[in-house]
Amino acid sequence: MEIITKLLTETFGLQLDQTGQLIAGGLIMALIMALVMATCAIVWTWAERKVAGFIQSRYGPMRVGKYHGALQPVADMVKILGKEDIIPDDADKPLFVLAPIIIFIASLLPWAAVPFAPGFIASDMDLGLFYIFAVSSGAIVGILMSGWASNNKWALYGAARGAAQMVSYEIPLALATIPVVMRTGSLNMNDIVIGQQGGIFQWNAFHDPFLFVAFMIYFVSSIAEVNRGPFDMPETESELVAGYHTEYTGMRFALFFLSEYANLFLVSCIATAVFLGGWNLPVGNAVVLPGLVFLSKAVLLVLIQIWIRWTLPRLRVDQLMHVCWKVLIPLSLLCLLGSGILLMVSGEIAA
Amino acid sequence: MSNVTGWADQDKVHDIKSELLEINMGPQHPATHGVLRLLVKTDGEIVDSVTAHIGYLHRCAEKIAEGNDYRQFMVYTDRFDYLAPMNMNFSWAVAVENMLEVEVPERAEYIRVICAELQRICSHLIAFGTFGLDIGAWTPLLYAFREREVILNIFEKLSGGRMLYNYFDIGGVRFDTPEGFKEEVIDFINMFEVKLDEYNTLLSYNKIFVERTADVGIITAEDCADYGCTGPILRGAGKPWDCRKDDPYSIYDKFDFEIPYGEGEMGTVGDCWDRYMVRIREMFESCRIVRQAIESMPEGPVMTDDLKRNVKVPAGSLYTRTESSKGEMGYQIISDGGSKPFRNKVRSPSFSNLHVIEKVGRGQMLSDLVATVGSLDIVLGEIDR
Repeated sequence: MEIITKLLTETFGLQLDQTGQLIAGGLIMALIMALVMATCAIVWTWAERKVAGFIQSRYGPMRVGKYHGALQPVADMVKILGKEDIIPDDADKPLFVLAPIIIFIASLLPWAAVPFAPGFIASDMDLGLFYIFAVSSGAIVGILMSGWASNNKWALYGAARGAAQMVSYEIPLALATIPVVMRTGSLNMNDIVIGQQGGIFQWNAFHDPFLFVAFMIYFVSSIAEVNRGPFDMPETESELVAGYHTEYTGMRFALFFLSEYANLFLVSCIATAVFLGGWNLPVGNAVVLPGLVFLSKAVLLVLIQIWIRWTLPRLRVDQLMHVCWKVLIPLSLLCLLGSGILLMVSGEIAA
Repeated sequence: MSNVTGWADQDKVHDIKSELLEINMGPQHPATHGVLRLLVKTDGEIVDSVTAHIGYLHRCAEKIAEGNDYRQFMVYTDRFDYLAPMNMNFSWAVAVENMLEVEVPERAEYIRVICAELQRICSHLIAFGTFGLDIGAWTPLLYAFREREVILNIFEKLSGGRMLYNYFDIGGVRFDTPEGFKEEVIDFINMFEVKLDEYNTLLSYNKIFVERTADVGIITAEDCADYGCTGPILRGAGKPWDCRKDDPYSIYDKFDFEIPYGEGEMGTVGDCWDRYMVRIREMFESCRIVRQAIESMPEGPVMTDDLKRNVKVPAGSLYTRTESSKGEMGYQIISDGGSKPFRNKVRSPSFSNLHVIEKVGRGQMLSDLVATVGSLDIVLGEIDR
């Protein structure tokens, strides 16, 4: 946000007081973030289909747009806007309407604390990491609401599974980031990234074995958190038709869809910032094209997630819970203990 | 399995009222392989009872047989198991020829065996792909269809059709093989045997896949006897029964091949993984048969000269069975000596294979039910006829 306010006051010569700066900068930043989120969601729908096509030895979208169906997402968006907006007769109408909005908001809010580049963060708050986990868990409410309000048994199943899964996987997700917080001594996302300066072995993921395991736990849990294969329990196309959004059509369905892809990118961005050194280069201290470095790391993580989704079969719901409670949580506690001891021994604890 | 307790039992302890949730899985549902309707009563995630409701694709094929002559009915057999029409043709041809006691030219027999085995690979490829889809793996389906496409191209050159061939005829096959048929088939077999290893790497021995299918939906040999299950279901239950070996028809006794059966490698004998693996190994055995048949295929006519266009079958009744890709496919033909069957009872494998779900489905989790139905590899066209 500093960059924006600096731009406003110095380059454009606007005379703004403290409150004015806050409001103008905040609005512009919010707009940028919303655009980033919407664009990345649209780009990822296309990318996922192309990558899936590549994996499955077919082409994927080829028709719309000159190059490899590049305008396919736009065509999809236009189509989905033109669809009839159906609310089932027996649905709980207020909840039915509210649910996709809640899920969309929950996937929009965390972007405020994602540090794309030095100074390029919507809200440089001290509780950044905590804030991200706090607001993104709001999606569970939306999922439960949509499943219940649809008055459809498959949707109810999907919602119950989804809620159980997301509540469970938030624990290893958060636990895996605590070693990082201990090492940095801060929950501020900017500080976490700055603390990883100085080459690849200063990145949290490669700093010590405990943090590496923590990174792996985070990555696995994040796939489960965004409900993607092999952990796509709430949707399970072959079992629950389409899970909690079975009854949704048109723009309401698009909101689910968009937030899914936004979340996919979000968890990758957080993993980049928290574990993979953010905008830092693998070698040296210099900050070169920070935004690009950050994005390329995040894109790599997204591609890995897409790769996993199109390769692996799906777990059963009880096996999913087994993995979470009996494997990931004990492991992440062990990582917490291990990296705590390591920090004490090496005396590396940040002030 | 039956001692699984769910939330419904809790009202004995607490004063909570609970009831079973009744769900219609199908006729429109991504997991039911066609227009099958499963009425599932669930207790949370656990299936309390499951009933298969069939009949959405009923076309009165048995009655139609009474109004058509023997050659004409061939085209209806295509539509029984539309994923393996060659095998269906084969059954009908063998059934009528057995009643006529007519000799089929040797070249025709070889072509029939090659077609039937290629078709078996085709059908098992779809079983493999859709089973992967039921478990949640998307990619195997596309790989399976990629290989199936090659077989369909071969069949297209052979018969003109890509799905329903109507290629077999009473007393032989309709057309001789086109030019380059041998090479194309050999090329396919060479390519396909390598692909099978790829499937095993991608899906069969995948940890998640094994977790999902081993010890799930166990169908014992006794269950198979009770419900009349045949084919990969019976072989998956550990009984190497195959009509091609145990009740040979056509020229299957000339070939050297094994009957794969379930041994409970990953879990219990008769679980989903065993049934799945039987199919994968059968594809390999089919490749062996096709290779032998192609190499020793003689020259000569492909259609017998002993038959008139309108065949008249001597009065009597005979049951003939063959091994289709899904199991034992049989026809009980009752003839009054005319040119049309007096009664034609079709014994289709999927019909018997499906209903075992009522027994094994009980006490499973909902996801396992989907896996079990997938591992049965049913085709509704053949169940409803």
